[in-house]
Amino acid sequence: MNAIAVSGLEKFYGDLAAVGGIDLTVAEGEVFALLGPNGAGKSTTVEILEGHRRRTRGSVEVLGFDPETGGRSFRERIGIVLQQTALEPELEVAEILATYAAIYPRSLPVDEVVEIVGLQEKRRARVKTLSGGQQRRLELALGIIGDPDVIFLDEPTTGFDPSARRQAWSLIDNLRQLGKTILLTTHYMDEAQNLADRVAVIAGGVIVAEGTPADIGGRAEGEATIRFRVGRDVAGEDLPPVARAGLDESDGQVTLETSTPTEALNEITSWAMERGLELEGLTVERPTLEDIYLRLTGGGGDG
Amino acid sequence: MGRDFRLILQQIKYQNRIFWRTPVGAFFTLVFPLMFLLLFTAIFGNDEIEELGVTTAQFYAPALAVFGAASATYTNLTITTAIARDLGILKKVRGTPLPPWIYIVGRVGSAVWLALLSGVLMMSVGVIFFGVEIIGRTFLAALISFLLGAGAFAALGLMLAALVSSGDAAPAVANATLLPIAFISDVFIVNANPPAWIEFAGNLFPLKHFVAAFGDAFNPGLTGSGFSWSAGAGEYAIGAHLAVMAAWGVGGAILALRFFTWEPRGGENSRRRRSRVSGN
Ligand SMILES: Nc1ncnc2c1ncn2[C@@H]1O[C@H](COP(=O)(O)OP(=O)(O)O)[C@@H](O)[C@H]1O
Ligand SMILES: [Mg+2]
Repeated sequence: MNAIAVSGLEKFYGDLAAVGGIDLTVAEGEVFALLGPNGAGKSTTVEILEGHRRRTRGSVEVLGFDPETGGRSFRERIGIVLQQTALEPELEVAEILATYAAIYPRSLPVDEVVEIVGLQEKRRARVKTLSGGQQRRLELALGIIGDPDVIFLDEPTTGFDPSARRQAWSLIDNLRQLGKTILLTTHYMDEAQNLADRVAVIAGGVIVAEGTPADIGGRAEGEATIRFRVGRDVAGEDLPPVARAGLDESDGQVTLETSTPTEALNEITSWAMERGLELEGLTVERPTLEDIYLRLTGGGGDG
Repeated sequence: MGRDFRLILQQIKYQNRIFWRTPVGAFFTLVFPLMFLLLFTAIFGNDEIEELGVTTAQFYAPALAVFGAASATYTNLTITTAIARDLGILKKVRGTPLPPWIYIVGRVGSAVWLALLSGVLMMSVGVIFFGVEIIGRTFLAALISFLLGAGAFAALGLMLAALVSSGDAAPAVANATLLPIAFISDVFIVNANPPAWIEFAGNLFPLKHFVAAFGDAFNPGLTGSGFSWSAGAGEYAIGAHLAVMAAWGVGGAILALRFFTWEPRGGENSRRRRSRVSGN
């Protein structure tokens, strides 16, 4: 059963297609990441699913509701953490949580939520005395206080230091254990890789790749890069045919990309053995998720 | 319904709490009008003012109570609502199951409650320190006028919040509209024979009617309980005054509904904020 189903989603601002035709489904209990640089259309997409923005075209279903018309009963079942932190600076953590808890028919106890997000020490602290990361955790607490079935997290860890990010990750992992469906956006590769069951890479308002973090963008069958060095005395025409084009004559470095690395290696190593050469610095590399991301999003934007 | 009622009370308390934690707002609503009372009684003394036939405090305490009520509703709601919108708090509330009307009723209810508190404080100081006389016969009409006036000014505050571009602009716009009108509405200056156009302008806006409907209840020289349409000579009547206030209130509410947004206002402002949050 799909918690979220989107097809042909478009959102125009004037002539700008902020979202240019997106299809995606998120299964119940799945953690799904929308990964893309700034301006890719992540927030626009997520806020349409939350009911905050109206779509130009396409169909959207979240928990069987159309977010535009779902109203109160729809909002009782979702939790939202917006990209922008928005908190009353003069109120205390527990005060805000208690007031939001009362809005939902089956909310979690405030103390439990405070503990989940690790703000026990700050229960009675005013928002304005919290650090940015603590405020973000309070936002996360407000996102789950209503015990939602689907949780939307728009860049939950942007601006965090590495240890705060790890903490947030384990928190989101806890939510997954509780069976929550989570749709998160991020422009951090490692975040998507660590948290998500499935990732969609979004750029320029369209999804350019989708899959598990392990095989997204055809990573498994992607081009491999083979590198090694030969002595200055070796000329291009001495090399086996597969490696000839890859030689940099100034330093003897050979770099070649191939979709059939086994065969290429066989040629290269046979050639070396015949001549009794030891290939210095021989490596074979698969592209990392980061490489693929940068390639898919055209250099990665300014994120 | 019982649940919604509890939510309304809770939202009112929530907004009240924010008010008490924000000293500037509390000062302007509660202390500022009192300062005027002290100032006026110090400058003019507290003897009978010839033109009015009542003491300085007997006139100014109710007039300034009305001014405090207008601050608590019109000025405060304009500023706090516009700021909450800028901060994204309105947007966040809109993403919860809290019905929007309950959130608005919470804000208005809190503002009217604080207006009442400010009014009670003003009148108590008047009674205790300046011999202001409360008249039992007019009490109910005074209370109704006060609540209706506060409600109308709350609606106008929401209207102004809907119209101003940002929380930064809100205090200036609210004060630049309220203060000049206060000067032609018998709040600070009483001129028995003002120029005709001033008189006309004063009658056009709701504040003078608010001051009259509430203030006349404390004029021992007038007769009647207040519950009649329009005053004959020497009579206290709230009907026509309330009608003007109600018209302004309804007009304000219609414009507020028409132009209110829950999203932070677009353009440069929200873009700057977005990039600050995402740290680049
Ligand atoms: N309210 C809006 N008005 C006009 N353009 C917008 C608005 N919101 C977003 N955009 C534009 O739509 C595109 C996608 O924005 P957004 O969804 O915020 O991207 P992301 O969240 O991936 O950074 C950007 O070019 C942005 O400038
Ligand atoms: Mg975004």
